[in-house]
Amino acid sequence: MSVNDISKGRRPKRAPLSHSLWPTLKTVLRTLGSVAVTLLGLLFITFIIGRVMPIDPVLSIVGERASQETYDAVYHQLGLDKPLLVQFFYYLWDVLHLDFGTSLLNARPVSEDIARVFPATLELASLGIVFGVVIGVPLGVLAAVRKGSWIDQIARVVALVGYSMPIFWLGLMGLLIFYGILGWVGGPGRVGIFYVDIVPTVTGMILVDSLLDSNIDVFKDAFSHIILPASLLGYYSLAYISRMTRSFMLEQMSAEYITTARVKGMSEWDVIWKHAFKNIRVQLITVIALSYAGLLEGSVLTEIIFSWPGIGSYITTALLSADMNAVLGGTVVVGLIFILLNIFSDLLYKIFDPRAK
Amino acid sequence: MSTLLDVENLWVKFPTRNGVFDAVRGVSFTLGRERLGIVGESGSGKSMTGRAILRLIRAPGMVEADHISLEGQDLLKMSEKEMRDVRGQRISMVMQDPKFSLNPVMTIGDQIMEAYRLHTNASKSVAYTKSVEMLEAVSIRDPERVMRAYPHEMSGGMGQRIMIAMMLIPNPEILIADEPTSALDVSVQRQVLDIMDRLVKERGMGLIFISHDLNLVSDFCDRVLIMYAGRIVEVCEADKLHEAKHPYTRGLLNSLPRLDKPRDRLEVLQRDPAWSEAPSVSGRI
Amino acid sequence: MSDTQSLRAWLLTETPTSRRHAKLSALYHGWLSFRSNTMAMIGLLILVALVLIAVLAPWLSPHDPFEQNLGQRLLPLGSEGHVFGTDSLGRDILSRLIYGSRITLYIVALVALIAPVVGLLVGTVSGYVGGWVDTVLMRITDIFLAFPRLVLALAFVAALGAGIENAVIAISLTAWPPYARIARAETLTIRSSDYIAAIKLQGASALRIITKHIWPLCISSLIVRVTLDMAGIILAAAGLGFLGLGAQPPSPEWGAMISEGRRFILDHWWVATMPGLAIFTVSLAFNLLGDGLRDVLDPKAGD
Repeated sequence: MSVNDISKGRRPKRAPLSHSLWPTLKTVLRTLGSVAVTLLGLLFITFIIGRVMPIDPVLSIVGERASQETYDAVYHQLGLDKPLLVQFFYYLWDVLHLDFGTSLLNARPVSEDIARVFPATLELASLGIVFGVVIGVPLGVLAAVRKGSWIDQIARVVALVGYSMPIFWLGLMGLLIFYGILGWVGGPGRVGIFYVDIVPTVTGMILVDSLLDSNIDVFKDAFSHIILPASLLGYYSLAYISRMTRSFMLEQMSAEYITTARVKGMSEWDVIWKHAFKNIRVQLITVIALSYAGLLEGSVLTEIIFSWPGIGSYITTALLSADMNAVLGGTVVVGLIFILLNIFSDLLYKIFDPRAK
Repeated sequence: MSTLLDVENLWVKFPTRNGVFDAVRGVSFTLGRERLGIVGESGSGKSMTGRAILRLIRAPGMVEADHISLEGQDLLKMSEKEMRDVRGQRISMVMQDPKFSLNPVMTIGDQIMEAYRLHTNASKSVAYTKSVEMLEAVSIRDPERVMRAYPHEMSGGMGQRIMIAMMLIPNPEILIADEPTSALDVSVQRQVLDIMDRLVKERGMGLIFISHDLNLVSDFCDRVLIMYAGRIVEVCEADKLHEAKHPYTRGLLNSLPRLDKPRDRLEVLQRDPAWSEAPSVSGRI
Repeated sequence: MSDTQSLRAWLLTETPTSRRHAKLSALYHGWLSFRSNTMAMIGLLILVALVLIAVLAPWLSPHDPFEQNLGQRLLPLGSEGHVFGTDSLGRDILSRLIYGSRITLYIVALVALIAPVVGLLVGTVSGYVGGWVDTVLMRITDIFLAFPRLVLALAFVAALGAGIENAVIAISLTAWPPYARIARAETLTIRSSDYIAAIKLQGASALRIITKHIWPLCISSLIVRVTLDMAGIILAAAGLGFLGLGAQPPSPEWGAMISEGRRFILDHWWVATMPGLAIFTVSLAFNLLGDGLRDVLDPKAGD
């Protein structure tokens, strides 16, 4: 009887290493495959959008007054006389070489522009997610543990307000109050006018670059500029993260193994953090990755309010001046980051949850 | 027989939208170094009684009693911190389904060692040796491998034996077993019970065995309390269960099929509202 | 009085006499539990008020929302005849807010009609047919989910041109995938249940099973999701309006009004503040209502 019982639990009787490595590798491969398909779809959609855009790419190159011959020549040169599918492969080929074409506004390669503006967004969103996690996770845990208490009510209101407020309006109000009236923070832009281009660009993130250059003045000024937009963005991720943390925790706290931990004589603090929280870590990473991606999106509107020279500003400015290559290039890059974050959290889930194997 | 636990007039109450619901209504009993069975249907308050002793009923639920004394100390007067020293170390509990009562993301070894180290200042290596010994004591083969494994890799019978090992490793005086075999395959139930029985006897512990299975309890326990609607309706010696007098107990017994007395039609339990009105019978000695 | 008493009793019965009776009774029970949720009732009241305001706009608004009066520009809150002040062209902000409610409702209603229906179609077909159809449809859904919604909407509007209708289409295009996921999940559970097998044995066609048995069961979870999404839709529409890609001036769309007021934010704060408060109130109301509906219709998903 007991022999039977034990052999049941021991079914995969391989050496421990291959036993744990091969399925992991297989999931990684399968994930990569599905990424490739998703990516292809993403590029196809942007390609289609580019084709139905009411802007004639030839006209925007040759100008209104060009002769029919010049027009036809460029038309041919751009491959527009080829079938749509062939054109799509040209597009794919270019994108794979990180070639998004040139911007109509400044006649520079879009990929260079994006490389230049992206660190600003990264800096903003990263600081935002730090706010969101550092405040949101403990708030969610507390709200779940003290369900129905005043702290739960506060967490609920905080989240509801976050879900209901237009981010660009909140940004304006923040500027009005903390910059216009109180004067606590720097205004729009990344640094004050006297600090522009003082520290050499290494990472493109001014907070990091100023520290590398040990220029505390620039750091302070940059910090006073980033703190408001970053905490507003952080507030949005906080709303989501705290709600999700709360519902994950509520589910775990009613589980029977929590009673087991209490029966063992554990303190409630340890029951919460060593047992319940351990069970939500992987889910939480997914939520954080998703809200990080969400912040990239939220930064589009925030960047405009705060004149923040990031990818959101870049896409919108390009959009308003009908700079198609820039819009599509930006969209592809943001989409790509979205996909990567999704995969990242997916993989973590599969690797770190013992039940997923 | 020395008394380990003395429960007097225990009530468990839950406020609901339609007023207060009394899950346990004035239950009294004592426990010595014996095997005490508590039998009843689901909702009779038997599990609540077990959890109330460990003060595991969470707000808004309320526990009231004249006293719940563990060797003379009233558990209800203890602070939460003092109560933590009682849990695990002096009174422990095995729950119904190891699938849910073991933490799914911690290795079995970590969970057992944690139970040991909570109440001793033992080093990790001592706790490890001790845990392996304990797993051997519950007839787990290859305990070192099991220490590294996660709960979902275990069968139900193994899981429950691990649970028993974990709950007994701090050497408590009382074990509350809340339907410990109900979720298990019939073929391993007996084995798990035997292991539990042997360990409880060896260590001279008191056992509260909560179950809905009359036959199992009468086989396994020394004394039985029969609960109905939050009250004890009858107390009897386990081997004399078949001489029980209360109509509810009789009804339960008659609704069970018996190989030695086959019948075409089993009786259906007829409930008398008076049962739940009658005062609780005391299970104290 | 006795009539209402007996109606109540009829609705609360535990032994319904017909299917219609059971349905009405279930609805009434749902309403009772919804009514006891104060926050959700507040949300509902705000939305009812919003609909009334939109309908009665011509009678409620003190001024013509388009009427410019450059002599009275940027009047502060509480000015004579302009409770919420005036904007940079001297237009009455209150009147513009009142008329703006029509645009908000219009956008919300259109998106709420398009996106869930598309999602329901894709999801049920995908879940019911299965096989490669399922794989392809779900892959497409995944691709749309992989895009950040606002950025995708921006790109669509760029392709289609600015305007309310195009904003609606762009938002709908980005909003349908979650509904498809939900509908597919529901379909999969329902498809494998025994009563569907029973109907199949009676000779019901796939079309009949989907439309008569699967759709009705998907509806409640979709309604909850739509209500909870409304706030997001309003915010997205306002965002597009703010960027100048949604409703075009001089339309009194709330997001566009914030955009106009943005230039004067430090000196004439109310111009941008008032429309923002309006957006906030309405999306808060939808969130409150959605929470309440979720508790009634989908108790598993609640806390």
